[in-house]
Amino acid sequence: MNRNVAVWLCVGLVGFFVLPWYTTYSSFWSFEWLFDGYPLDDEYAPAILQIALHGKLWLAPLLLFFLAGLAPLRADPTGRDFIRWLTLAGGGGLAYLLLQGFTIGIGGWEYQWLETLFGPIERQFGMGIGATLVAAGFLFLLTRSFAARGYVGGDVFVAGSIGLVIALIAAFVFFPTSRILLTAFQDNEGFYTLSLFAEKISDSKIWGLRCLGENVSCGVAWNSLFLSTSVGLSSTLLGLAFALVTTRVRLRFGRLFRVFTVLPIITPPFVIGLAMILLFGRAGVATQFMEAAFDIPATRWIYGYVGIWLAQTLAFTPIAFLVLIGVVEGISPSMEEAAQTLRADAWTTFTTVSFPLMRPGLANAFLLGFIESMADFGNPFVLGGNFGVLSTEIFFAIVGAQNDQGRAAVLAIVLLSFTLSAFYVQRRWVGKKSYVTVTGKGDAGLHAALPRRLTWPVLAVVIPWTLMTLVIYCMVMFGGFVETWGRDHSFTLRHYADAFSVTTGEFGLVWSGAAWNSFWTTLSLSAIAAPLTAGVGLLTAYLLVRQRFVGRQAFEFGTMLSFAIPGTVIGVSYILAFNVPPIELTGTGVILVICFMFRNMPVGLRAGVAAMSQLDRNLDEASLTLRANSFVTVRKVILPLLRPAIAAALVFSFVRAITSISAVIFLVSADYHMATAFIVGRVENGDYGLAIAYSSVLILVMLVAVSFVQLLISQRKLGRRSAGAPAPAARNTEVEPA
Amino acid sequence: MTIGTKAASVHFDNVTKSYGAVVAVDRVSFEIEPGQLVTLLGPSGCGKTTTLRLIAGLEMATSGAIRIGDTDVTRLPVTQRDVSMVFQSYALFPHMNVGENVAYGLTVSGVKKAAARERAQSALDLVGMSGLEGRMPSALSGGQQQRVAVPRALVLEPQVLLFDEPLSNLDAKLRRRVREEVRDIQQKLGLTTVYVTHDQEEALAVSDRIVVMNNAVIAQEGTPRELYEYPADTFVADFIGDANIVEGTVVEAGGDNAKVRIGGIELVVSSRRSDNGPAKVAIRPEAIRLSAGGNGAPLRGTVRKATYLGSHIEYTLETELGPLFATDPHVDAPVAPDSDVAIELAPRGVNLIGK
Repeated sequence: MNRNVAVWLCVGLVGFFVLPWYTTYSSFWSFEWLFDGYPLDDEYAPAILQIALHGKLWLAPLLLFFLAGLAPLRADPTGRDFIRWLTLAGGGGLAYLLLQGFTIGIGGWEYQWLETLFGPIERQFGMGIGATLVAAGFLFLLTRSFAARGYVGGDVFVAGSIGLVIALIAAFVFFPTSRILLTAFQDNEGFYTLSLFAEKISDSKIWGLRCLGENVSCGVAWNSLFLSTSVGLSSTLLGLAFALVTTRVRLRFGRLFRVFTVLPIITPPFVIGLAMILLFGRAGVATQFMEAAFDIPATRWIYGYVGIWLAQTLAFTPIAFLVLIGVVEGISPSMEEAAQTLRADAWTTFTTVSFPLMRPGLANAFLLGFIESMADFGNPFVLGGNFGVLSTEIFFAIVGAQNDQGRAAVLAIVLLSFTLSAFYVQRRWVGKKSYVTVTGKGDAGLHAALPRRLTWPVLAVVIPWTLMTLVIYCMVMFGGFVETWGRDHSFTLRHYADAFSVTTGEFGLVWSGAAWNSFWTTLSLSAIAAPLTAGVGLLTAYLLVRQRFVGRQAFEFGTMLSFAIPGTVIGVSYILAFNVPPIELTGTGVILVICFMFRNMPVGLRAGVAAMSQLDRNLDEASLTLRANSFVTVRKVILPLLRPAIAAALVFSFVRAITSISAVIFLVSADYHMATAFIVGRVENGDYGLAIAYSSVLILVMLVAVSFVQLLISQRKLGRRSAGAPAPAARNTEVEPA
Repeated sequence: MTIGTKAASVHFDNVTKSYGAVVAVDRVSFEIEPGQLVTLLGPSGCGKTTTLRLIAGLEMATSGAIRIGDTDVTRLPVTQRDVSMVFQSYALFPHMNVGENVAYGLTVSGVKKAAARERAQSALDLVGMSGLEGRMPSALSGGQQQRVAVPRALVLEPQVLLFDEPLSNLDAKLRRRVREEVRDIQQKLGLTTVYVTHDQEEALAVSDRIVVMNNAVIAQEGTPRELYEYPADTFVADFIGDANIVEGTVVEAGGDNAKVRIGGIELVVSSRRSDNGPAKVAIRPEAIRLSAGGNGAPLRGTVRKATYLGSHIEYTLETELGPLFATDPHVDAPVAPDSDVAIELAPRGVNLIGK
């Protein structure tokens, strides 16, 4: 008996014979379906009864594939028959499942020619838990057949993992993205036309350049491009200034700047924009001061390009700082010392050695700032005014009066092509040209101090900017405690009470605050998403670092792709793809969890790759030669040694799920309202007090989570050892390859 | 409870392993008898470690067949092969103590905890490490870690035990002691063992047979003595013990001996050559004897360099055969540089290369 085959066959059979086949209206986990007509009702019936009672005859052929799956149960697992039957059962079953899912939808046949060929047919809804289990069963039978063919050294667990990750990425990254592409080519009746696409994509609202000569606004594509380039430049320069001050200027408080690296992690992206309004808006503190002191009339200058640029530069400078501090520190001090012993003074050393070595890092920081700014939704949404950028235009095309999915899709394609090109350049060109070398050899030199004629200009930029950041965060922290911003600055707890009041009612505590609903939803969905995100990320990292298999390069590209797709594009593609069968998810919590998983997977992936590359590969091999299969090896050797990376991946995916807005705003529903979407809604209505109060509570929650992880990681000893000394140093330390 | 053995043979039939265009192991065939210790010897990058990993199943052969005992394991994944391995870095699990490390193979195979502990205990006894079960690997010295890695591989009573340069992280003194221990255990338990090293002295000391590899192929295979006395080519002659490679002429071949002329000297050396004619000859440095003066001797030379090394003196000589490298244990009678010497050759250290 081949246990693996038996297990997945059983899973498939349970999905077919026991569980509801289609999506249920109420959540599966509420188990309402159990008492609401199951198993006979056509909403809850399992596949077998759907065939027998509800005319879903096209599900019947799936039974044949289950029958084919019985043959390999007793076959010799190294024989040809085993492989042949498994491939038929798994591959055929999966293919047929997808085929019927994509051809038969809520209106019966999806394609006219099929209806004329076969006549009208019953309609069907999205696949539910039953169909999911059947798909999983077939998938793993298929991967088992690949293992039997000797793929990835015949390892069943690894083959299954690769299959799982590929299936997930195909379903939740590639499928929705391709849906966008298709929608862009469709007219309102659903027919594909090239001319319409050509017309839409060359729209002057996207590419118009009349702003150069006349006083009208440019096309949104140019707006986005211009904004992102300037934000990329300014955040890179500021990041460099901060990095130089922290590492090259001997200041007593220099180390404190490192706190900046935490800020972008815990700050929801639009909060900076919100604080900008409180400072420079018409009722802002600074505006009123200027009006009173210098008689400068209040204007709406903050709403538009300048405001967004300022907010995004504030928001993304820490990211550039994070990248550049590694670059600046990574330059080997001995190179600078070598230059100095060759009679170069501080200025010459900096301009001829240090700076040229930093250049690839600068390009990298610029591209990251560019991509972040392109993808940012929150700040342009809050501060945009008449200055439209791609991410906000996509949103308005979907939710606004236009409700033009085709236009949203076209805009999404433009945005996607910008970010993908930048991402491609960053990976292919800059990523490989880094001069930063961290070798195993101890490099005991001292970094050269910054030349004097650079120190003062750099400090002149850094210090005011730091003060501004401080003021901004003070705004956020205290803005929630005043009555009405700009008019009545008396102290009040009203906003907190509105959001988070708890009263005692007839049945105990009543969470009467307006924010509680979205707060708990956010926390619970983020908490559900965190382990899944970390799990998929770490599993993918394991496959990338530890396994060599055919198609690994394409696999890596696919997993990194989700990182380059802006949130707004993900959001649009999800509502386009998952609003109709075969996968119907809009309006559920599941779609939010899945969105978080694939938006944040790169976090877990990179944490896992970094940690796993430091684990001596011989440890896995030792475990394998001791008869532990790769699953046991992962569980008993790799996971225990990766504990710090796991904790980091968990917390960061939790925090990122809480702060995300750009994709979430498309996917929230009445039942599943998220905190960020709630806050942005309040900002739209001008209810700044509550928005600020809620934001500061979120920031505190995340600060606690992040400090917890910092504490955990800092406890880990970095046991460096001299070259050639034998294996591992201390318990739970990183183990470097020999 | 004691550690038993299920020693089996290993059979390589035309095995090739390539990574794209790079061929790491090229059509290698050999056979290892049950209970033997065979060393794979060669310079770094010669394919010896890849060959070892092919036996373990950590690499899959591109073509050819591998058998362990009567089973064809060519396509069998690592966990299903009955082999264990001692790694160069020892690869002790840093989050488990010594006892857990040694018992690991048993516990993941579903052996009951008490039984696993008992067998781990007896394996640790074998290397004199009992009493240290509770220690973490980080609290052990390099030699002790080594001595945990061996019983960890032994508890599963593998058909084949593999060693990947197990001594390279130890200092010279410890290396000698541990290699004797390894050989003792191997002979006591009658284990089939494959041992990879780049150190020819280590190979000569522990092996029943040696497979010398160079550039992904087998250069020569045989007992330590065969390799030393009948080197198949200049590479093997030079790699197994130092050698001066010079031109000579076989004047009388046949049987196990041949008479060979080197410069003006004629001597009988062990050789299986069957034909007369020019041949390459390997002269071991310790086979060259010097005496001052040297007028009228059949082979003469000039000392270019003399280096005192305590137990012996190293000489670089210039002769009609070309430069020769010699070692002389007579440290009390050094020959001064730039003086002429008469050169004699001891037949034991002169070997004909090739067949």
